[in-house]
Amino acid sequence: MTSLPRDPGPKKLGLVIDLDTCVGCHACALSCKEWNAGGVAAPLPDWDPYGADPEGVWFNRVHAFEAGDGADGRTVHFPRSCLHCDEPACVTVCPTGASYKRQEDGIVLVDEDLCIGCKLCSWACPYGAREYDHDAGVMKKCTLCIDRIYNTNLPEVERVPACVAACPTSARHFGDLGDPESPVARLVAERGGYDLMPEMDYRPVNKYLPPRLKRDDAASATGSAASPGTEPEPEGDGRFLRWLNATLSR
Amino acid sequence: MSPISDRARVDTAPKISDEVKETTCYMCACRCGVRVHLRDGHIRYLEGNPRHPVNRGVLCAKGSAGIMQHNSPARLRKPLRRVGVRGEGRFEEVEWGEAIALAVEWLDAIRRSDPRKLAFFTGRDQSQALTGWWASQFGTPNYAAHGGFCSVNMAAGGIYTIGGSFWEFGEPDWERARLLLMFGVAEDHDSNPIKIGLSKLKANGAKFVSVNPVRTGYSAIADEWIGIRPGTDGLFVLALVHELLRAGSVDTEFLVRYTNAPWLVIQDPGSSEDGLIARDEDGAPLCWDLRAEGLSSALATEISPALAGRYRLPDGRTGTPVFELLALRYQQSEFAPDSVAATTGVPAATVRRIAAELADTAFKETVTIEQPWTDWAGRRHERMTGRPVAMHAMRGISAHSNGFHTCRAIHLLQMLLGTVDVPGGFRYKPPFPKPVPPMPKPAGKPGDVVPGTPMPGPPLGFPAGPEDLLVETDGSPVRIDKAFSWEAPLAAHGMMHMVIANAWGGDPYPVDTLFIYMANMSWNSAMNTAETMHMLTDRDEAGHYRIPRIICADSYASEMVAYADLVLPDTTYLERWDCISLLDRPISSADGAADAIRHPVVRPDRDVRPFQDVLIEIGARLGLPGLVDDDGAPRYPGGYPDYLINHLRAPGIGSLAGWRGSDGTLEGTGEPNPDQLSCYVEAGSFWKQPLAPEMRFFKHANRDYLDHAVTMGWIGSPDQIILQLYSEPMQRFRLAAQGHGPTQPPADMRERIQTYFDPLPIWYRPLQEATVGGDAYPMHALTQRPMAMYHSWGSMNAWLRQIHPSNRLYLSRQRAAALGIEDGTWVDIVSPHGRVRARVKLMEGVNEDTVWTWNAIGKRAGAWALSDDAPEAREGFLLNHLIPELLPAQPDGHRYANADPVTGQAAWYDLRVRIEPATGGAEVSEPRFDPLPRPPGQAVPPTILRFGAGFRPGRPGRASQ
Repeated sequence: MTSLPRDPGPKKLGLVIDLDTCVGCHACALSCKEWNAGGVAAPLPDWDPYGADPEGVWFNRVHAFEAGDGADGRTVHFPRSCLHCDEPACVTVCPTGASYKRQEDGIVLVDEDLCIGCKLCSWACPYGAREYDHDAGVMKKCTLCIDRIYNTNLPEVERVPACVAACPTSARHFGDLGDPESPVARLVAERGGYDLMPEMDYRPVNKYLPPRLKRDDAASATGSAASPGTEPEPEGDGRFLRWLNATLSR
Repeated sequence: MSPISDRARVDTAPKISDEVKETTCYMCACRCGVRVHLRDGHIRYLEGNPRHPVNRGVLCAKGSAGIMQHNSPARLRKPLRRVGVRGEGRFEEVEWGEAIALAVEWLDAIRRSDPRKLAFFTGRDQSQALTGWWASQFGTPNYAAHGGFCSVNMAAGGIYTIGGSFWEFGEPDWERARLLLMFGVAEDHDSNPIKIGLSKLKANGAKFVSVNPVRTGYSAIADEWIGIRPGTDGLFVLALVHELLRAGSVDTEFLVRYTNAPWLVIQDPGSSEDGLIARDEDGAPLCWDLRAEGLSSALATEISPALAGRYRLPDGRTGTPVFELLALRYQQSEFAPDSVAATTGVPAATVRRIAAELADTAFKETVTIEQPWTDWAGRRHERMTGRPVAMHAMRGISAHSNGFHTCRAIHLLQMLLGTVDVPGGFRYKPPFPKPVPPMPKPAGKPGDVVPGTPMPGPPLGFPAGPEDLLVETDGSPVRIDKAFSWEAPLAAHGMMHMVIANAWGGDPYPVDTLFIYMANMSWNSAMNTAETMHMLTDRDEAGHYRIPRIICADSYASEMVAYADLVLPDTTYLERWDCISLLDRPISSADGAADAIRHPVVRPDRDVRPFQDVLIEIGARLGLPGLVDDDGAPRYPGGYPDYLINHLRAPGIGSLAGWRGSDGTLEGTGEPNPDQLSCYVEAGSFWKQPLAPEMRFFKHANRDYLDHAVTMGWIGSPDQIILQLYSEPMQRFRLAAQGHGPTQPPADMRERIQTYFDPLPIWYRPLQEATVGGDAYPMHALTQRPMAMYHSWGSMNAWLRQIHPSNRLYLSRQRAAALGIEDGTWVDIVSPHGRVRARVKLMEGVNEDTVWTWNAIGKRAGAWALSDDAPEAREGFLLNHLIPELLPAQPDGHRYANADPVTGQAAWYDLRVRIEPATGGAEVSEPRFDPLPRPPGQAVPPTILRFGAGFRPGRPGRASQ
């Protein structure tokens, strides 16, 4: 079994995913696939890519489901990837040390040279975030784009995970969740960000922001379309008097 | 325990690429900027260009998957000539010289005898400024792109009303809107800008209301979802209008200044001028000036025009202001919330509340920008004040046979609220607004089509009255698709969905060659798909194909390519020059004009050529006047890039607006600049011109903007563009139907024109729905475009097809229970026209009278290089089989197109069906067709794809293995 860092640093890099604006477009999933297909964990193979049962390795998948009934319900789009837990069972279960959590930033990675493809980590992960490459016989997973976020070949502003850069609705945020003053930590505090399945005690670093309360103006609206200073006119022949008397300038 | 340390095991700063090239995406119609990272001559990856005005760095799923489009095994390799029976899919490879010679031989004969016999239809073509002009040079009126089956109702409804439209010619003020009403927008049009905008809107705490029968995509994040019954949006909107009028919540100052609300309409029933605008001797519209107590030109300033009343005109007739006609119409009880509730499925209380919210937001939350501006009359205003209600609408409105009027109704609602091109409202994108209706008129009148001679104008345009129609003297259509005939007078984008059926039937005449570019007309772009396949292969008594010749240009082995006699293989969008032109469908934003190019970022690895180059070469070989010089030599020997630089549409105006003039310093107009394309490439493949702050709102009435637009060549005069609540061109058609004027509809079409050419927006039950019994076919059936897939452009993509490998029929859980249908079971979808078998998925967020599915996921076995047992073919299905291209016969036997009677827009969403549990048969979708054979030379699809393996950076510190 593999140990976690004895002296975990304060830095906890991760994602904050806003379910209020996620429209389920899969932009994150594809940008992730595209970057990582040629990145440090390359390739992300696709089996039977043009056949009956196409299935590939994806570090980020988007699920859609409905909550609640009828018009009162809600359609939720839910992107799912590694949450880089503080207490990652996928690491502690690893018999070879292949899965490890980095001391300096908390990112959970797999060292493919040590991975024996036993899949214990994928059984241990309650979030289903592990992806087995049965072509290479090794486990793969979200690296938080570790080959982007520190990559000095990129301009500083672009050193964010590919999914964050691509997201058209700005529903994905990247930063240090170990620093309560960081923009992402403040966002979590302001918006009531939460852990997925906190009862499991894996203490995920990634947070999800709940949908904002729907702006419902039913209570505030008067129920009348009257604008200030006007009163609805009675039905009948007199209803155009207002327009007749209006003196307007072109 | 295994030893673990924090030693660096991973290279965190690998080299990414040798080179980055900036070009424009073509994975949908958004046209985002992309940066292509190249490594060792191969594409490593694509990302959004942060500097690009459309996507500002973001990129959708399709865009990121572009690389799999490029690498698809479905790509064609070389020109193909049919060797088997048509439709069998058997071809031989031929050299380009032979392919072009064959095309020239066929086309030359047509041009010399009867140019109409070339039907040239281009699908999701982004080079219509070229292809339309080429058709005109050839001399055929039979040209259009895909707009007629996509969104012409949106375009024409807007252009004939406010001189602009949703999507390409306008956008909500995402920064300032406090309330957004979105109608019938599934997940597209336009993709990334809407997503960026919705995110901004929600962050600002604005309210987003989505009116859509289905709660997916954008509707999923709406503050309020109104699951309206399909095809009734217009009635809902007019009920909102009713409420606003009843309450007096109308921006009368906006109406008087910017719309034709005060224009006097002649009230003289039975006369040839009844319902037209009363005009003075100079042709200026008249109004009644309350201050001077007399008639005045409505174009004058410093007048107080009346909005109601009846006024004596100089000739003794009576004139009534447009506004009074409008108010009388929409205050009728048929538009009351209680009256529309049953039809729309929207409770009366909801209609009242939305109207109240619109009024509250518009009139109590006024937005002001401290920016002085000058109006058309030269009057300075200290600030820009607007009403922060914005609207957007798309195919859910457009693809119904009442879509033109519904679109007009939405614009009418915007005008009553004073929210057109004001802060917080709907905003025009330059080069719009344009005068209503704009130029040009369609060419192709009987005298315009002469063998061996170009037409005097473009094949598509904007009729202003019956005299602009393309009809023979007996009133019959000139065009093969019957666009601009009495059947579809304002068919501004043509009627591509009718071409095959009409050509097959020789109605109004047979054609010789059908030339199709980038359109899947034997599959998901056809109504009545199975029958369409038959039409493409049908022969006359003598054994000749009824459509004698078919040329297809495409990059992929689509279902349509199988029906070609000659296939011209195109490149991918990463291998060619291209142009997103202000002459066509620009990428401007409300804050400034923009256009763009594509340039070859990689070389083709096979014998394919850019379609535009090929078209220009064919044109030159045919000797088309615009394509050869005085000596008959090719005018653009350098192909499309040569044309993009040097072609002039009007003096100083070419395909691209940026870096014009011999030294590249001019914008908009200027002589060709030989280095223009290099300037674009250097600038990231786009040009944008931010408008000065004083020009950014009230563009229809803003002197600085209008002057600028004239300088740029966008409009002809700096006159105020007056928004048209009441459409006089519509009334002109109506008068013709009443027997007035030199161009009148045939007797059997008069009632139809009289009904649908109402100068004020109307609502009527969608035409197909009106012809089928409600009990026999109680459900509406729709398609939507998934965000991760675009029409048929996706299933050849190894990554995107994993997201949508097949489609289901979505049905409300409640309705399914009533029908005894369980989730995941197979059902038959039955329309009066046919039967399709599909698998259902139950959901909550769908109007109970509606079923729907994702568009164009279903594929014919063998097409797109997919295996014959691919889920797209096995379980995927099209609703198209259920949709007839013609409506049921009139009493005299005539059958109209299944289309909007005003614009000819294909009425895809009028479909009515019933759902039956499937009995017997295998668990596969139906109907089924024989698998198409692979074209020769097609790559063998791999069984495993290891894309990117070669890019993996080295792993320093790794133990040697």
